Amino acid sequence: MSSVDFTWLIGGPQGSGVESAANIFSKVCAEMGYQIFGKREFYSNIKGEHSYFTVRVADKKIHSNVNDVTLMTSFDAETLFRHYEEVMSGGGIIYDSDLEETKTDAVNTLDAPFKERLHKKLELKNKPFTIAGILEIAKENGVKLFPVSFRSILETLSEETENPRLKGLVRMFNVIGVSLSLGLVKMPPDTLQETIESIFSKKPEIAKINQQTANYSYNFATAKFESFNYTLPRTEKESGTILVQGYQGTALGKMASGCRFQPYYPITPASDESVYLETNEILEIIDDRPGSTAVIQTEDEISAMGMAIGGALTGTRSATCTSGPGFALMTEMLGWAGMNEVPVVITNYQRSGPSTGLPTRHGQDDLLFSVYAGHGDFPKIVYASGEIEESFYDTGNCFNYADIFQVPVIHMMDKFHASSVITCKRFDPQKISINRGKLLEKVDDGYRRFELTEDGVSPRSRLGIDNGIFWNTGDESDESGHITEDPILRVKMMDKRMSRLDLILKNIPDAEQAVSFGVEEYSIISWGSTMGPVLDAIDLLKKEGIFIGLIQLKLLNPFPSDYVNSLLKNVKTIIDIEANHSGQLGKLFKQNTGRDVDYFILKYSGRAMTSTEVYDSLKKIVQNKANKREVLMHGA
Amino acid sequence: MALKLADYKTEVHNDWCPGCGDFGIVNAIQMALAEMGIQRDKAAMFSGIGCSGKTSHFINTYGVHTLHGRVLTFAQGAKIANPQLTVVAVGGDGDGLGIGAGHFVAAGRRNVDMTYIIFDNGVYGLTKGQASPTLKLGEKTKSLPSPNTNSNVNPIGLAIASGFTFVARGYSYDVRHLKDLIIQAVQHKGLSFLDVLQPCPTYNDLNTRDWYAGTDLVDEAQKRHSRIYKLEEQGFEPVVHYDSEVEVNEKLSQALIKSLEWGNKIPIGVFYKNGLISPYTQRLKDKIPNYLENPPAKQNISKNGYSNTDISKILDSLEV
Repeated sequence: MSSVDFTWLIGGPQGSGVESAANIFSKVCAEMGYQIFGKREFYSNIKGEHSYFTVRVADKKIHSNVNDVTLMTSFDAETLFRHYEEVMSGGGIIYDSDLEETKTDAVNTLDAPFKERLHKKLELKNKPFTIAGILEIAKENGVKLFPVSFRSILETLSEETENPRLKGLVRMFNVIGVSLSLGLVKMPPDTLQETIESIFSKKPEIAKINQQTANYSYNFATAKFESFNYTLPRTEKESGTILVQGYQGTALGKMASGCRFQPYYPITPASDESVYLETNEILEIIDDRPGSTAVIQTEDEISAMGMAIGGALTGTRSATCTSGPGFALMTEMLGWAGMNEVPVVITNYQRSGPSTGLPTRHGQDDLLFSVYAGHGDFPKIVYASGEIEESFYDTGNCFNYADIFQVPVIHMMDKFHASSVITCKRFDPQKISINRGKLLEKVDDGYRRFELTEDGVSPRSRLGIDNGIFWNTGDESDESGHITEDPILRVKMMDKRMSRLDLILKNIPDAEQAVSFGVEEYSIISWGSTMGPVLDAIDLLKKEGIFIGLIQLKLLNPFPSDYVNSLLKNVKTIIDIEANHSGQLGKLFKQNTGRDVDYFILKYSGRAMTSTEVYDSLKKIVQNKANKREVLMHGA
Repeated sequence: MALKLADYKTEVHNDWCPGCGDFGIVNAIQMALAEMGIQRDKAAMFSGIGCSGKTSHFINTYGVHTLHGRVLTFAQGAKIANPQLTVVAVGGDGDGLGIGAGHFVAAGRRNVDMTYIIFDNGVYGLTKGQASPTLKLGEKTKSLPSPNTNSNVNPIGLAIASGFTFVARGYSYDVRHLKDLIIQAVQHKGLSFLDVLQPCPTYNDLNTRDWYAGTDLVDEAQKRHSRIYKLEEQGFEPVVHYDSEVEVNEKLSQALIKSLEWGNKIPIGVFYKNGLISPYTQRLKDKIPNYLENPPAKQNISKNGYSNTDISKILDSLEV
């Protein structure tokens, strides 16, 4: 049997149920035993602007999206205008035939720069500026068209079910779209019905109407549509597979790691994590009474960080979750946490900056900012997760690092993670170890919070325990925590705090600092969510006999210079791949290892990399046809 | 063992200027803690930045000297994580009503059960006497190059408008009265605010100890009288007794009107007290039934070195 690698795209105006449709599609495919990699793209808008979801479905583990769309389903004109070129030859487009005469000018959410580019293309091919025009091009590209009037489906269904309300219910278009698609690729209909039932389990009336619509649309596709080259037959389902969205990885990680306090301020794409934590605020505890996470919405990110520090001082595992603009506000606090050796975790879901930037789009713009955040010298950990699955376990590590080394930890995530939906192995909370370091349960007389110790880490009391009194200050302090301006003590305290950086490098296992996926003559350095597309790209190249190495950096501050140097010592060509303009990892790498990066593959369009474009660029590099700086552009 | 006043004092050298009003406040806090018999290790003093920020180092309880304008954020975080702590936050008027004004307003909405004391002297002392948010428009304290171009904020009025449920004003040279106010504030269930008039002998040459004492004021009988008077001695009734809109509005409006008095008659004492608004800890308990018995700081999070949190139901719902 040939392997399955199928990409489905659905688009529509924000608020029209694109996400629900994609959830249904992903869930059905996952139930049928497929691996999923889905990603949502959307404007900073509540209703009306274009949003779309690409769901890649395969019968083996996948880590990214690809450029080619196998089947596109659209219930509005904009999706067709924006994505028609992405559908591959031999692929298909299901579209609403009532839209054929729609002109580009009739779609007021098509912005001027896009429309200008589109018109040029249509002019060049001598096509009208209408849906019919772009569909002709698609047809010439070898794409199969599946027209159907969405309105007439509703009308017929309304008569058949004797439900006049259904006739005008355009918000069913999403369910029609997904059901037509599943019918076309011959997915078993019972799974579709069950999935809808489970999604709407709390609203049986809505479930029923959706099921009727789904059933009718599914049957319509199997009966009326011409045959399609692609089908998705049921495959062997791997037990213990979950379908999970990016932010759930760190949120579930926080629950399992014992994070019990999370103040936050709303910001895209970070707040989903906090809302999810609050939705699940009461926790079941093995052999104990229920626990809970206090999730507090604050007045700003400064307050979120201040409260998290206040919580951490009581011995509570405390965290906050934010994105670039919010993290910028937290930096004075971060220095205070560094000065006072407070273990606190900041989950940083990056987006595209600077300033408000592209608030709902992807970027890995804040690596250097996170490494250097805060005034003055103080120790901190910057730690990045590559994939959603590992972000669950990394969250556990971040809390342990914070407690053991008594430093703030910035856990780098991003928008690509946050709005991706993937299948992976069920998380195992039993693998999350809890190490509170030198946190005290009981304090003896004569306690000094900042006692100078051999390893540079002092026993840590917490607010409210017997005999544990300490003082904190953002000023330089003595061992008790009282202000000092004594030059000798200042040097001792500074040395003590900064010695933590070496301790961190010495104590965190190599495999947690950087992951080697093999080292070759050409080797990639990357960090964060870029890992997924890179893994898939090097896998494709391997099949062609081209071997490229990959070192995925996880610990970014302190930088594991010696370890990374030792891994790369025989590498001739170093390729830095990341989603920002200036190649920030490359800069950090050079600063710490003294080595230059030979090629940069960068993307800062606000859209995540696909493995296709990483593959293309790597191939150019190996063929010696690449520029030193390859800039990727795929994605609407 | 009963604790004495001296037990609440640290040996840290106090470097405030001679005659500083801050001394009276720190003494009143220590006296209040001793009188209430609060165990030293069950109380935490949080402070902001500036002269008043050093307060936490002089008091022998847990002490957290935070950042400029941010003291309330740290203090609320600690209190929410460990509701059994007695939490008192202190800071200057520039700290709390200038850079920290946003947190001041937000804290009022939350009504976390703790006390916030503002050392109100009209100037930024530690940076050499610039105008602070409570200095009046057109006033010129001695280190200002020209008269103040900003109007002042009304701390009592702002606290009332923001939802603080106990609002009072003290005077740093009436230490016993201030101590009594602090006790009432700490014992109030909810967020209490104390505006403490505190002469800065070095930089505020207008609102001096003599000025508050009214040495420049003489009545027809050539009798001097203090500018400061006590609300309770005038029969002012600040307490909201029952939960009705009429009652609450009446108490809020009379407090607001009183807060506007300044000049030759300056009221101190309790302006407003409403114990009927739920404190934040209660609001959390409404969502999380065992929050008070098992708050974040008391929860056991591991078993044999591994996670003891059972997330299997959530994982089941994600399973395909």
